[in-house]
Amino acid sequence: MSRKVLLIVGLLVIVALALTACATTSGGSSGGEKTVTIGFTASQTGKYNVSSGRQSNGLQMWMDDINAAGGIKLSDGTVLKFAAKSYDDESNKDRVQELYTRLATEDKADFLISPYSSGLTAAASVIAEQYGKVMITTGAASDATYQQGYTLVYQAYTPASRYLTSSVDLLASLDASAKKVAFVYENSKFSTSVVEAAKAYAENKGYEVVLFEGYDPDTKDFNPFINKIQAAGPDAILGGGHFQDGSTFARQLSEKNINVKFISLLVAPPEPTFAELGDAAVGVAGPSQWEPSAKYSADAAKAAGMDWLGLSSTEFAQKYQEKFNEEPSYHAAGGYAAGLLLQNAIQKADSIETSKVKAALDATNLMTFFGALKFDTSADRHGLQVGHSMIVVQWQRDSSGNLVKQVVWPSSGATADPLYPIR
Amino acid sequence: MANVLLASVIDGLLIGFVYGIAAMGLTLIFGVMDVVNLAHGPIIALGMFGVYLLFSLLGINPFIALILVAILGLLFGLLMYMVAVHRVIEAPPLSSLLSTFSVNMMIIGIGTSLFTTSSYNVEYSLGTVNVGSITVTGTRLSASLIAVLVTALLYWFLYRTRPGKYIRAVANNRTSAELMGIPSTRVLALSFGIGTMLAAIAGALIATIFPINILAGGSYELKSFVIVVMGGLGNPLGALIGGLILGLIEGVVPVFIKTTWVPVLEFLLFIIILLVRPQGILGTKE
Repeated sequence: MSRKVLLIVGLLVIVALALTACATTSGGSSGGEKTVTIGFTASQTGKYNVSSGRQSNGLQMWMDDINAAGGIKLSDGTVLKFAAKSYDDESNKDRVQELYTRLATEDKADFLISPYSSGLTAAASVIAEQYGKVMITTGAASDATYQQGYTLVYQAYTPASRYLTSSVDLLASLDASAKKVAFVYENSKFSTSVVEAAKAYAENKGYEVVLFEGYDPDTKDFNPFINKIQAAGPDAILGGGHFQDGSTFARQLSEKNINVKFISLLVAPPEPTFAELGDAAVGVAGPSQWEPSAKYSADAAKAAGMDWLGLSSTEFAQKYQEKFNEEPSYHAAGGYAAGLLLQNAIQKADSIETSKVKAALDATNLMTFFGALKFDTSADRHGLQVGHSMIVVQWQRDSSGNLVKQVVWPSSGATADPLYPIR
Repeated sequence: MANVLLASVIDGLLIGFVYGIAAMGLTLIFGVMDVVNLAHGPIIALGMFGVYLLFSLLGINPFIALILVAILGLLFGLLMYMVAVHRVIEAPPLSSLLSTFSVNMMIIGIGTSLFTTSSYNVEYSLGTVNVGSITVTGTRLSASLIAVLVTALLYWFLYRTRPGKYIRAVANNRTSAELMGIPSTRVLALSFGIGTMLAAIAGALIATIFPINILAGGSYELKSFVIVVMGGLGNPLGALIGGLILGLIEGVVPVFIKTTWVPVLEFLLFIIILLVRPQGILGTKE
C-alpha cells in the first residue's frame, strides 16, 4: 500500500517538475533572443528516404534562411530563432508515433512538421493533436487525415481529391468539343481516391466517362487496357498511379499509336527521368505540386488579394542547387513552404502561443513561391488545403528537338503553350 | 467490338507463344528427371538482364544478344545440374525442391544487390505493324516468331538428333536407357541445360516487350506452372498449347470484364484441370 502511495507521489512530483520546466521555456522572457524548437522526423532509411530527405533539406533551408535574416522579431522585442529537433523514423509508422511523442514531451518542440507520406503523417497527426501541438503537414496528400476532427493539423499539399481536377480544367480550356474521357488508374489507395474525385468532377462538368478501370500495381502489359481504350474512343486519358506503371503505360500507349488528344498521368510525368521514354513522353502531361519554373510572385499575390512571403521559385531553385547540388523536386519545395506557413502564422500572431498561432493559421491567405496556401476551417475538414492547386506539366520538344518539361497550367504561370492535340 | 476482340486475340496469342517457351523449359526438366525447378523464375530474370546488359552496355541488338543469352543459359543449366541437382536426383522430391529453391534465393539475392529491385527497360523498338485497324508492335511480333522457331528447333532436336533421342529414351525409362548404353548422367545434365536455356530465352524475349526487374521472373514461373499442368506434365507441345490458352485468356477476358479478374479465372481453370483432367490436355506420362 505504502509503495503505491509513494509511486503516486513520485509521479506527481515528476509532473509538477515537467510543468514548471514548460513554464520556464515558453513563458517569461520578454526581449532578448529565444529559440523556437521545430520537431519532425525524416525517413533517413527505408522506402521513403529519397523524397523525405529532400523534404527535410527544404525545411532546413528555410530555417537557415530565416535565422540568417535575423529571425522573427515580435512586438515585445523578443527575437525568435529556430532550431530543428529531428529523428530518423525509418519510414515506419510505429517509430513515427514513438518519436513524435518524444518530440512533444521530452524535447518540448514548440511546433511540429509532418514526416513524408500520407501514412506516416496520419500517424503523427494523432500525436500532434493529443499533445496540443500545431503541426504543418507536407509531403502528404491524402484527404482522410483532415476528416478526423483534428484542430491543429494543417496541410501544405494540394489534397488527393484535387490532384487531377486541374487537368480536367486544362482540357476544358483547350477544347470544348472534347467530351469523352477514359480513366485508367493503379488500384492503390492514393490513385483510386484521386480518380474517383476527378471522375465526379469531370462528370459534373459534362464529360462522358467512357472507361473507368483500375490495374494492378505491378502490371507490365497494358495492351488489354489499350485495346479497350481504342474501342471506347476517348478524347483524353487520365489516370496512372506511380512512376513505374505510369511510364510503362505511357510507353505502350505510344507504341500502339493510340489516337488521343490529351493524356494526363499521376506522379510519373513530373519526374525528370520520365524523359528516358523519348518520343513516348512527348505530349504526356501530369499534375505536380510545384515546379522550379513556376511563376508565383508578389505582384500576383497582390492582384489576388493575398499576402506574399519569402523568395521566388528561381531563387529557391538556385539556392537549393548551390546548397545540395541537385535540382529541387516538389518535395523540397514543400518542406520550405511548410516553414513559410509557420513563419507567416507566427508573424501574424505576434506570439508562439499555440492558440494564437492556430488562429493565425486559420486565417492564412498566403502566396509563396510554392503557390497559394489557405486552409479549410470548417469543423469536419479542418486544416485541409484549399488554396493550393496543382500545376500541370507537359513534356514537349524544344526548337532543337530536346525533351523539356513545360508548365502548361495554370495559364498565369505557364512556361509554354500546351501541345494539343498531342497526336 | 469485333475489332477489339480481334486485337485482343492477336495480342494474347503472340504473348502466349512466349509463355509457352518458358513453360516448355519447366516441363522438359520435369518430364526427364521428375525435378521441379524452383529456380525457373530467377533464370527467366537472368535471361532478361542478359539481354538488357548486352544491349545497353555493348549495344548488341537484343535479338542477336538472344543467341548469346541462350548459350549462357545452357551452360548455367549444366553447371547448376552438376552442383545442385545431380546429387539429389535419386533422393525424395523434397530434396530437389529445396536445392533448386536455394539456387533461386541465391540468384535473387545476388541480383537484388547488383541491380536492386528497380525496373529497367530495353530501349529497343521495331516500330509497329498495321493490318487494318489492328496495330501490333514489332517487338511482340518478332518475339512470338522466335518463340515458334525455338519450338520447332526443340522438336527437331528431340526427334531427329541422337542426343535428342537419348533424352526421350531417358525420359521414357531411365533404367532401360542405361542398359542400352545411354550415358544417362550426361543426358540428364543436357536436359536440365536445355530447360534452363528455354527459360533464359523466354526471359530474353520478354525483356524486348516489357520492363524488367530481378523479381519479374516470379510471375512467369507461376504462369509456367499453370501452363505445364494444363498442357500435361512433361509434354513440351502441351506446354506450347497451354501457353497459347493462357495468353488468350489474358488477352480476351479483359474485353468483357475487369482485368483484375484474369488471375482469378486462370487459377480457377488450373484447379478445374487438376480435378477433371489431372493428366493435362494432351495427357502425359503417369
